[in-house]
Amino acid sequence: MDFYLTALIQGLCFSAIALGIYISMKIFNIPDITTDGSYTLGGVVTAQFLTHHQPVYLVVPTVIAAGALAGALTGLIHTKLKINALLAGILVMTALYSVNLTLLGRSNIPLINTTSIFTLINIATDPNHNTFWILLVFVIIVTLLIGYLLKTDFGIAMRATGNSESMIRSLGVNTDRMKITGLALANALTALSGFLITQFQSFADINMGIGIVIVGLGSVIIAETLINWFKITSVWLSLVLVLSGAIIFQFVLAITLSIGVDANLLKLVTAVFVLLIVSLPRLSFKSSS
Amino acid sequence: MIDLKNIHKIFNKGKANQVNAINGVDLLINEKEFLVIVGSNGSGKTTLLNLVAGSELPGKGNIHIDGHNVTKLRDYNRSQWIARVFQNPLSGTAPDLSILDNFRLAAIRTKSKGLSIGVDEKFKKQVKEKIETLGMGLENKTEQPMGTLSGGQRQALTLLMSVMDSCKVLLLDEPTAALDPRSAEVVMLTADKLVKDFKLTAILITHNLKDAYNYGNRIIQMGEGKIIKDLDQQKKSALKQNDLFDWFG
Repeated sequence: MDFYLTALIQGLCFSAIALGIYISMKIFNIPDITTDGSYTLGGVVTAQFLTHHQPVYLVVPTVIAAGALAGALTGLIHTKLKINALLAGILVMTALYSVNLTLLGRSNIPLINTTSIFTLINIATDPNHNTFWILLVFVIIVTLLIGYLLKTDFGIAMRATGNSESMIRSLGVNTDRMKITGLALANALTALSGFLITQFQSFADINMGIGIVIVGLGSVIIAETLINWFKITSVWLSLVLVLSGAIIFQFVLAITLSIGVDANLLKLVTAVFVLLIVSLPRLSFKSSS
Repeated sequence: MIDLKNIHKIFNKGKANQVNAINGVDLLINEKEFLVIVGSNGSGKTTLLNLVAGSELPGKGNIHIDGHNVTKLRDYNRSQWIARVFQNPLSGTAPDLSILDNFRLAAIRTKSKGLSIGVDEKFKKQVKEKIETLGMGLENKTEQPMGTLSGGQRQALTLLMSVMDSCKVLLLDEPTAALDPRSAEVVMLTADKLVKDFKLTAILITHNLKDAYNYGNRIIQMGEGKIIKDLDQQKKSALKQNDLFDWFG
């Protein structure tokens, strides 16, 4: 039971990254892989603040700002220097590795005897249950904020930017600025996942972000498959499905491990699993036509 | 209303594939004028329209709109005066957004897009009433994604969207080129009605000489980046449809 609770908690931790990827990939139509760097950045900032005994309410805005800065940088390179978004992301991600290492000072910082968001309040006696409830509230708040944002006039303009650039420019929106804002938002969310995971696993590691983009990508693709399946147009339902995508993804990984697959093969399994979800709609489409 | 002075626009300057798209155009378009531009492919019509809209900036010359010097303003800064209908119905609307969301963006074309929710019951009612005037039966589909509609329906809605917010200049870039004859007629009639009802200054680019003959109160012909014919209202009304065909003879 604890095994699945851990998977659920990890899924909730990764739901922020999934929301971030959903914003960059589905809403803005930009393949952004700054993710690996900004996720680690979130973890690194968290670890440094907490080991220096800074309060959690200070850590959250700092992590958001750091992630947003990384995303804005990718956005600036992509829009102002007209460099392919993938390359812009790779450049910032690579540069962030050095930044993260400098911030961290060494390759790994454990969080021992520090406060964390999960020890702030005691709702349940079991620490894992406590973590779950705090996490659930945190994720719900983040989702509500993003959902509200997407419903506002600004949010509609955001959604139109990735959908019909010529239209939204003729309606008075500076699409360059909008994309920079969007990438900043996406990476702020990604950094929040780093913030959550670091506290959950009680350490920050310079390599914690390697391949993390696939977790977000996989979650969003699961969500997208469901969205297309049920022809969902509601913003709220889409966000809920993105969250479910993140949780389903972690469950699949947990089940893979529990049936005895070597942990070294986990990244391979992850890649194959994402490939399967991507190709599934096409394969089934082929056989039905 | 729109004043173009000595406009030049060169693409790929200094390269083998250099194109002199606009070669010294002077054009003054008065308020409430409905200007039709004809000309063969590559004559510079669309470039001229893009220069007015701001999606291209001129290499030389000055552009004034409504008394403001807009020469260096980009398209998203000129939207306070200009609304635009594109040749491709997909360009003028966002297909994955609902009709309602599309209209919301159009309704705040000249304003900033803020952090408040603008699509409320009052707005929904207002959009429904507007769409009803088209008589296409779309008023009950406002929650549907724009992409589920046909090209003609989308062009008609784009036209309607252009007058959701205060609008002085309407740019129509071959709005019916991708449509069947019946939809094309509906779209042109809608455009003409809006131009008259809202007292707009309009520019229409068209390859359809019948439309060029039927609509507008001034016509110019372009060729090789220059204005080669310019007929005001009086001369245009004296024009016969066959004369127009002769221009391209």
